[in-house]
Amino acid sequence: MKNQLLATGRKMLGPGREYESRIERHQSPLKMLLIPIFSVMAGSMITALPLFTDSPLLPPMGYMMLLAWRLMRPGIWPAWVGLPFGLFDDLYSGQPFGSAALIWSLTMLVIEIVDSRAIWRDHVQDWILAAVAIMLSILGGVALSSLAHRAPDVTVVFPQIVISILIFPLVVRLCARFDNWRLAA
Amino acid sequence: MAPPIHRRPGYSRKAQYSLFATYVLAIAGTVFAALLLLISIADPTGFAALRTSASEITAPVSRFFDSVRRTSIDMGDNLSAYFDAASKNKAMAQQAARNRTKLIEADAVRLENRRLRSLLDLVESEEANKVAIGRLISSTASSSRRIATLSIGSNQGVAPGQPVRGPNGLIGRIIEAGPNTAKVLLISDAENVIPVLRLPDGLPALASGMGNGLVMIRPVDLGVNPFKKGDIISTSGNGGLYPPNVPYARVIRRTSDGAMAMPLAPPGNSPYVIVMRPYQEPAKVALDKAVAESPAAGGE
Repeated sequence: MKNQLLATGRKMLGPGREYESRIERHQSPLKMLLIPIFSVMAGSMITALPLFTDSPLLPPMGYMMLLAWRLMRPGIWPAWVGLPFGLFDDLYSGQPFGSAALIWSLTMLVIEIVDSRAIWRDHVQDWILAAVAIMLSILGGVALSSLAHRAPDVTVVFPQIVISILIFPLVVRLCARFDNWRLAA
Repeated sequence: MAPPIHRRPGYSRKAQYSLFATYVLAIAGTVFAALLLLISIADPTGFAALRTSASEITAPVSRFFDSVRRTSIDMGDNLSAYFDAASKNKAMAQQAARNRTKLIEADAVRLENRRLRSLLDLVESEEANKVAIGRLISSTASSSRRIATLSIGSNQGVAPGQPVRGPNGLIGRIIEAGPNTAKVLLISDAENVIPVLRLPDGLPALASGMGNGLVMIRPVDLGVNPFKKGDIISTSGNGGLYPPNVPYARVIRRTSDGAMAMPLAPPGNSPYVIVMRPYQEPAKVALDKAVAESPAAGGE
């Protein structure tokens, strides 16, 4: 695999670098590094927009961006990345501090385990995996917040779970666009 | 897509160890997050400083998009006002005539009320109870907690524990205050329990949020359920935090042990909100102190 030659006579590069410059143009390593990070942070900060909903309806955009990047490009981030992203999300989500950090860290570990077992992966499988992760993370968020505060009935988050699962493919598309931009020379 | 090829990074010991180290770090990070969570469960206001400074950073963005949103809502309202203008004008003129008599009666009652209160040395002015006027600029729309961000903070005199109302009714109370922003626990949050009464007969009840925009009203007298659709609920002033007679909610459905009601002041549509001083602050301070000193007190 390591010494596989491409049609151009060049050696195959590692994952995420298949599109490395073949003409006299160079990718920006800074762009490659920062675009995924900032897209997840921006997803967490979406609660700063003046959106007022009666019940929790806004999908957890930061979490979905993280899932989309992680499932689309395995190996883009080390497994511990759930902690810093989760802590940042806790600043904006209104949940008890540490709840997203815990849920996101666990998610990264579980996906790591699933990755080591899975033989083949496709979009539908990723979507199912993400759907389960989104459902458990939202329900887990309610459970963790009920430890610290009086929590509402768990049924109030069901619409949010459905909406989040349905728009996950759109988030993947968005990440794919970002990925093209990130790797373009 | 085939599984990633880098899972087992060859025979290099260094690469194998560094992959192993990321897993160790990930597990350590999970434990660290769980510890943080335990701390914040034990002391829910513990990380308030971090959260408020985060919302201070995004406040300019929120303010900008909020003004854009308000302008577009205003434009929509102005446009739709042109349709049906004549029939609406006629209906409103009739309504204004009906309201005029009620206003005069209300003025007389207010005057009498003030006279009676002054007899009892209970004079209080609305102005003195007002701390500051601000706007709600964002909310935690993705969390099951209902918290909104207010555009003013401790620089304008806002402090935790102060009640917040809009022109149409009660909004919530301040739970965290930064220099230029503050967090408001909305009345639709499950943790916000408010002593209320039914107008006009003064039936006492307790209200708490349901997390889905509605509030649950439970009468203090258990066993009877006198609520019916359309009842207006206002705050009662018990407990010393929320001032009395602030419009609260309208009953939309009876339940087995109370009623579900729709708040009268939706946080997204209030053009401005008023931060007020806690009603009967000395009484509240004394109560809090007594609760803190009692041996059974174990935090919140």
